[in-house]
Amino acid sequence: MYKPLREEIVSVLVLNQANVLTRVVSMFGRRGFNIDSLTVSPTADPSLSRITIVFSATEQSMQQIITQTEKLEVVKEVVVLSRENSIYRELVLMRIECGLDKLTTLKAIVETFRGKIVDLSRDGIVVELTGTPHKINGFLDAISEYSITHMTRTGITAIEGINDDKGEQE
Amino acid sequence: MAEVLLEHGVDVVFGYPGGTALNIYDELYKYSDRITHILTADEQGASFAADGYARATGKTGVVFSTSGPGATNLVTGIATANLDSIPMVAITANVPDALIGKDAFQEVSITGVTLPITKHNFFVNRIENLADALRSAFQIANSGRKGPVLVDITKDVTADTIDFEHADPLPLRAMPEISKDDIQAAARMINVAEKPVMYIGGGVVSSRASDLVVKLAEKADIPVCHTLMAAGVIGYDHELNLGLVGMHGSVASNRAIDQADLIIAIGARFSDRVALNPERWGRKAKILQIDVDKSEINKNVLVDRYCVGDARDFLSRAIDLVEETRHEEWHQRVVGWKLKVRSTRTTEWPLTPYDIMTILCDTAPSDSIYVTDVGQHQMWAAQYLKHRSAKQFITSGGLGTMGYGYGAAIGAQCGNPGNRVIHITGDGSFQMNLNEVVTAETYDLPIITVIMNNGVLGMVYQWQTLFYDKRYSNTVMGRKINYQKVAEGFNIKGYRAKTPEEFQEAIDKALADNCPVWIECVISQEERVLPMIPGGKTVDDMIIN
Ligand SMILES: Cc1ncc(C[n+]2csc(CCOP(=O)(O)OP(=O)(O)O)c2C)c(N)n1
Ligand SMILES: [Mg+2]
Repeated sequence: MYKPLREEIVSVLVLNQANVLTRVVSMFGRRGFNIDSLTVSPTADPSLSRITIVFSATEQSMQQIITQTEKLEVVKEVVVLSRENSIYRELVLMRIECGLDKLTTLKAIVETFRGKIVDLSRDGIVVELTGTPHKINGFLDAISEYSITHMTRTGITAIEGINDDKGEQE
Repeated sequence: MAEVLLEHGVDVVFGYPGGTALNIYDELYKYSDRITHILTADEQGASFAADGYARATGKTGVVFSTSGPGATNLVTGIATANLDSIPMVAITANVPDALIGKDAFQEVSITGVTLPITKHNFFVNRIENLADALRSAFQIANSGRKGPVLVDITKDVTADTIDFEHADPLPLRAMPEISKDDIQAAARMINVAEKPVMYIGGGVVSSRASDLVVKLAEKADIPVCHTLMAAGVIGYDHELNLGLVGMHGSVASNRAIDQADLIIAIGARFSDRVALNPERWGRKAKILQIDVDKSEINKNVLVDRYCVGDARDFLSRAIDLVEETRHEEWHQRVVGWKLKVRSTRTTEWPLTPYDIMTILCDTAPSDSIYVTDVGQHQMWAAQYLKHRSAKQFITSGGLGTMGYGYGAAIGAQCGNPGNRVIHITGDGSFQMNLNEVVTAETYDLPIITVIMNNGVLGMVYQWQTLFYDKRYSNTVMGRKINYQKVAEGFNIKGYRAKTPEEFQEAIDKALADNCPVWIECVISQEERVLPMIPGGKTVDDMIIN
């Protein structure tokens, strides 16, 4: 009965009130669901916020998570974003150690991944990169020879696409 | 606040005052002709009383406390109501808004503390939000699957004034709609079943569907087993009532679940005290689940079909589609298990738990309300009392809260002044909260407390006997309490019984006394609650004698 874990993304529309994040997140925590990443942001309607949660679950526990989340008073809607027809992105900022001699190669990699160099010194650069986790992981792989001294990833934010099959499109 | 309570028909509340609640209590003073406030011995007792009141009346239990320690004392009562889905509104005072977050005297973030144990909670620091929050609290507590809601109000709000407009209570939220197709499919499952059994829980009680459960059972010849929360839904003497199911359930109930080809679960949540081994529970059966809470579907046990909606709605519509049938062979088998009654005596002691329950039921008026604490005595009460209706058996099922009984009995008695309320407790549970006798005495609540004194924390002692090689760690209390003397000190009556005759005499007197009474019953510490299926095990591992 224990099916393999699968990474899922849900988008939770919540009332924009004090403590709402705590209510949602603590429910995940106390029911033993592990959150891989989380983003919170305002929506076009100021009374609502959107929480995008990435977590790993079996199909059965997925149902549990969704129905338990729907039960919270502050939750207006829970949407499971499928890989196939939603668009999801992550932003990463990182400081990469790099002497001037190797800069050209590094720059080429950054450009290939359509990243931006947003700061520069003689010892290294700061890169900003947006994309799917897949692309970001690809970038990290490509620069594995360099030393990353600092890195921060925002976690995934996502939206349902208006056409089918938007999943991995850039 | 008081006006909103009146809008919701609240005429009894329970609670305890304090510094930040002074303004609230000043209003309660002014409204005392319309709202009776019962002052308990502590806030935990008040929270249990509000819960017991709700269970015994079907109305919302309302409890008040001051900030800090007053509010934290409510926590166990709120958690008890939460796990048994009991409608309760807890109103707590907090420090003035200007002091919030400053670790002020008696400041506790009670909304933070109660976040995981309430359906929802409100923090009110502006008077404009007060009436709305309170009205929503009643709506949320009673809509769908019921439960406790807390409203925390800062002291400055309670001193503020505002123009107030009366409003009707908010309508309860619509129950999820069960489609016609789903009802038909469910009825088909029932119609083709040869060995059906119903498994009913507290949801049947809160949707007031007891009569329909019995009707369905009789029409389609379906035996019924019940959880602790649904004792009394089907009468004790009904042929189709198999009794309690689960860890301390009857042989008949547990065997029926094991052998059935269809289990119809209504308002029950397959808890670990029922579906002890979820993989093997009902292993031969298709499972049809009806619950108002979608998150209960497939939570603990995977089911074959489900309907999300109100039990009463489901039953009333399904009954028409279910064919009238007899399942001769199955019926004979199941009732046969039931008739093989096991011995009710596990020791040679003169007074047994079975004697106590039987004498109680045969002597007390048939509309008496029984309220239990938690332990062996609770299980004996569930097994041996002659349950006649669900509202007459009140017990902490989900949380298993020792000390719940006296407070809950007070609430039940306040809600039902015309019925006798009998509090069945163990020595351990009683010693936790016997302080609530002061409330019974003050308000002339003629609650009869039956203390089943075995000198041990019996339920834990039983586990130590069976599974820990009799290493009795901290369960043999050896406390030498003279309950009769203590009773006298509290200005109530006390009796002591060591034989069935003495107990009969004591209960006769207690019923005539019409005041709070304690009856200490001396029973053996070796009494066991049987049958028993150890945690995680199956009916094949059932300990019967
Ligand atoms: C507040 C609380 N603390 C501890 C427990 C664990 N517990 C369950 S039953 C029990 C023993 C109860 O003893 P008593 O009230 O004397 O009842 P008996 O089992 O002896 O009938 C204990 C300690 C509990 N359920 N609740
Ligand atoms: Mg005891």
